[in-house]
Amino acid sequence: MPCPQPNNSRQAVVRIENLQKAYYLPHQELSVLKGLDMAFYEGEYVSIMGPSGSGKSTLLNILGCLDKPTGGRYMLGEHDIALLSDDELSAIRGRRIGFIFQSFNLISQLNILENIEVAMYYQQVPKHQRHQRAMMLADRVGLADRLHHRPFELSGGQQQRVAIARSLANDPLIILADEPTGNLDSKSGSEILQMLDELNAQGKTIIVVTHDENVAARTHRTVHLLDGRVERVAERGPACSNA
Amino acid sequence: MLERMTGVVQVSLRSLWMHRLRSGLTMLGIVFGVSSVIAMLAIGEGASQQAQEQIAHLGSTNIIIKTVKPPDIEIGDADSGQTIQEYGLRYDDAERFRETIPDAQVVVPVRRQPQQTQYRSRRVTAELVGTVAWYPELVPIEIRMGRFLSPLDLHYNQAVCVIDEMLLDILFRVDDPIGQQLKIAGEYYLVVGIVREAAVASQEDKQEFARNTRGSGVNGKIYIPITTMKSRIGETQIQFGGSTGSSGEKVELSEITIKVPAMERVIPTRDVLSSMLEQFHKKKDYQIIVPLELLRQAARTKRIFSIVLGSIAAISLLVGGIGIMNIMLATVSERTREIGIRRALGARKKDIVIQFLSETVLLTLIGGLLGMALGACIPILVTVFGKMPTVITPEAMILSFGISAGIGLTFGLYPAYHAANMDPIESLRHE
Repeated sequence: MPCPQPNNSRQAVVRIENLQKAYYLPHQELSVLKGLDMAFYEGEYVSIMGPSGSGKSTLLNILGCLDKPTGGRYMLGEHDIALLSDDELSAIRGRRIGFIFQSFNLISQLNILENIEVAMYYQQVPKHQRHQRAMMLADRVGLADRLHHRPFELSGGQQQRVAIARSLANDPLIILADEPTGNLDSKSGSEILQMLDELNAQGKTIIVVTHDENVAARTHRTVHLLDGRVERVAERGPACSNA
Repeated sequence: MLERMTGVVQVSLRSLWMHRLRSGLTMLGIVFGVSSVIAMLAIGEGASQQAQEQIAHLGSTNIIIKTVKPPDIEIGDADSGQTIQEYGLRYDDAERFRETIPDAQVVVPVRRQPQQTQYRSRRVTAELVGTVAWYPELVPIEIRMGRFLSPLDLHYNQAVCVIDEMLLDILFRVDDPIGQQLKIAGEYYLVVGIVREAAVASQEDKQEFARNTRGSGVNGKIYIPITTMKSRIGETQIQFGGSTGSSGEKVELSEITIKVPAMERVIPTRDVLSSMLEQFHKKKDYQIIVPLELLRQAARTKRIFSIVLGSIAAISLLVGGIGIMNIMLATVSERTREIGIRRALGARKKDIVIQFLSETVLLTLIGGLLGMALGACIPILVTVFGKMPTVITPEAMILSFGISAGIGLTFGLYPAYHAANMDPIESLRHE
């Protein structure tokens, strides 16, 4: 039964222990994350919620290895993020993390195929192989007929689908989605959520940061942040309701 | 590796092509900078080569002493009833050089005078050159027909002459000139040879010579034995007319040319000659010309010329480079978001540096190539319209190509590092 059990022996993909992040301003120390503990397991679908200023974005940046914690530990797979150099962090981002942004963040001067290829390009994937995989991924998100279009020629929903394809390019350990439906109308939004559900069903670990209760409702677990701490964790997970 | 490089170049080219107007305008600075470097080097090189060639015609191991009319010629002579001014180099000067200066291998005395020349009904004024049989040892002369003057001609004061090709064209359109009689200053001379002087061999020099001599009505040269010239024509030239009646000048030799065995003997020999002449000539009625010194002076002039032109070109390239840096910084801030995305997708700082650096270097290289093309055209226009010789050397081309690549690297580094060191989080948030 493919039900994620937090307390079983399975390896945690993400493990956070007493995670702290503070910004040192000239006259004061601004503590944003004040000791977080959490673990996400393989195949989990987790949402992080919280009002603005709760430290959501900071946590997301740290989870995405764009930023380093100032205290505690963040283990992604077997890597302790705090110990890695800038180049190693780049490599981790490229190989282990798939980003899906609220504003899609496609590169406007590249076409769809090339946008999907970018992540593989930095991992030295040979051109031919890169091309093959990008075509396969584009097909998987239903954009096989738009390969040579540029991002501004696509609708928001289509752009986000390109972003999903791109996030899968290097077969990452986790997919980080930051308000993936924030810039979409409800119809394309639910298409995207559908797609995320499918990805999770195929075994991908997905962490989504959102304001939207409806988005959170689809995930197995929701971590509520408030003022830099975990306020509460809501276990849900339709597959695990009997557990 | 190669695949990676071509990939980077392709991406850069695309990005430049997307902003073609901006790329083109940015390039202009380099285009003009490089083309001015090439044009200036070509003009400078052309001018110096021309000067060097002209000097080399005079012979780098030669020392030329010319008779000049002294400015302070004594009017006092007129009181004593003598109106003939006597000055200049004499035969005994030449003799003295030959006897006392061991390095004076070849001593050639020459006397020049414009003279009326006539063949049948054609009459023309030519330069009469009285000289010796070993004249060709100093000035490279090409014998086209017959022979040059011989020692016997000199010894027996023969009435023979050798004419140059220019005179040949004017006087002998149809007839075979060898063996014909030419009337010079009222007397007949037998034509024994046709020569071409290498100094006026090149087309430009010929034109220039023609231009210079047309005004004075001198066409071509006639070489006769100097002994014959002395006995038949004499050394005194009388000019009739003027307020004081007739006046005359007596000049034995127009010039003496001395050849020394090696270049390093030129300057010491010049010094000996100079002191010797000072001793025997009270008036400064001569001038010593040392082609080697002129050659060295030309080299010095060229160096100064190159430095001046080079600095102008360097400044224009610097301005072009700063322009490029400016635009690249603007490009980087415009593409902040893209940089953030690339960083999030796994690009290292190094990758970002390479991307922007390759754009700048490509921009300057393309600009450099265009500049080379333009720079190769300007000297051609200068040659055609300005009648100035220009020489484009491969060194100039390589230099400018290197310079443009160097500018790309120098002025591209800062924007590229600026791009790479931006905080990815900030960049992603950038609108």
